[in-house]
Amino acid sequence: MTFTQLTFYLFSAVLVFAATMVITMRNPVKCALFLVLAFFSAACIWMTLEAEFLAIVLVLVYVGAVMVLFLFVVMMLDINLARMREGFTRYLPVGAVIAVVMVVEMTLVLGSANFSSDRLPRPTPHESGYSNTKELGELLYTDYVYPFEIAGIILLVAIVAAIALTLRRRPDTKYQNPANQVRVKREDRIRIVKVESESASGGETE
Amino acid sequence: MIPLSHYLILGAILFALSVVGIFLNRKNLVVILMAIELLLLAVNMNFVAFSHYLQDTAGQIFVFFVLTVAAAEAAIGLAILIVLFRNRRTINVEDLDSLKG
Repeated sequence: MTFTQLTFYLFSAVLVFAATMVITMRNPVKCALFLVLAFFSAACIWMTLEAEFLAIVLVLVYVGAVMVLFLFVVMMLDINLARMREGFTRYLPVGAVIAVVMVVEMTLVLGSANFSSDRLPRPTPHESGYSNTKELGELLYTDYVYPFEIAGIILLVAIVAAIALTLRRRPDTKYQNPANQVRVKREDRIRIVKVESESASGGETE
Repeated sequence: MIPLSHYLILGAILFALSVVGIFLNRKNLVVILMAIELLLLAVNMNFVAFSHYLQDTAGQIFVFFVLTVAAAEAAIGLAILIVLFRNRRTINVEDLDSLKG
């Protein structure tokens, strides 16, 4: 068994284990942490497939941003876990049957000779100076520049939608209004009060 | 020498696991969103494997776009989840039946 095979089967085992834990864990926080493990082992498998840029993007964007977002949301919400688990054992047999059927069907199709080593041999690895990022970038900014810009628009829409959905102005919150601050006049702020001056002895003796 | 079919079967197992996850945790909206993320990961695995074995970088470009859309989906989904929790004090799918006639 070569090193590549060893790493592939090791990380696949970790990935399947982590995915199983994600769907069976009781606590959503643990689910999110196991999802992090799943993404990380998937990134390692992609690394062996010479997709280095996507592997790093998966770790940076998914583990670094999306999963942290998930963790924040899970920890912010006060969820009744006991009620959430109702029906878990009831749906377990159905779910297991569907999973087995799906895996068997796909294995019959995908494990056939069409995808075997002699029909589709593993290509020779690139030489040491090869840059996956450079190749992707050259494609992305020439052939796929229009989809790339649409992807940017989608992200912008996502930002605007997420902020617009969750932003709220509570009436008891104090906040500044810069327009009013600039427009303020001297009469609004300063009041001159005429105070009678007291005699030096009068104040002390009383 | 790992044949392509092993990568595809790994993707199939991941896909089946996440579909079962949606079945099992049909009450918990957060775990359903996580299962969808896992589903997209399984699909991306197939894209990357095919891209490597067919020596075609277009597959990796597609994964790039899938990741973009998945990130946007997760952000909007979680925002909707927070608004839902703020209004109803629950994210249990069974309680969200106010549109039922």
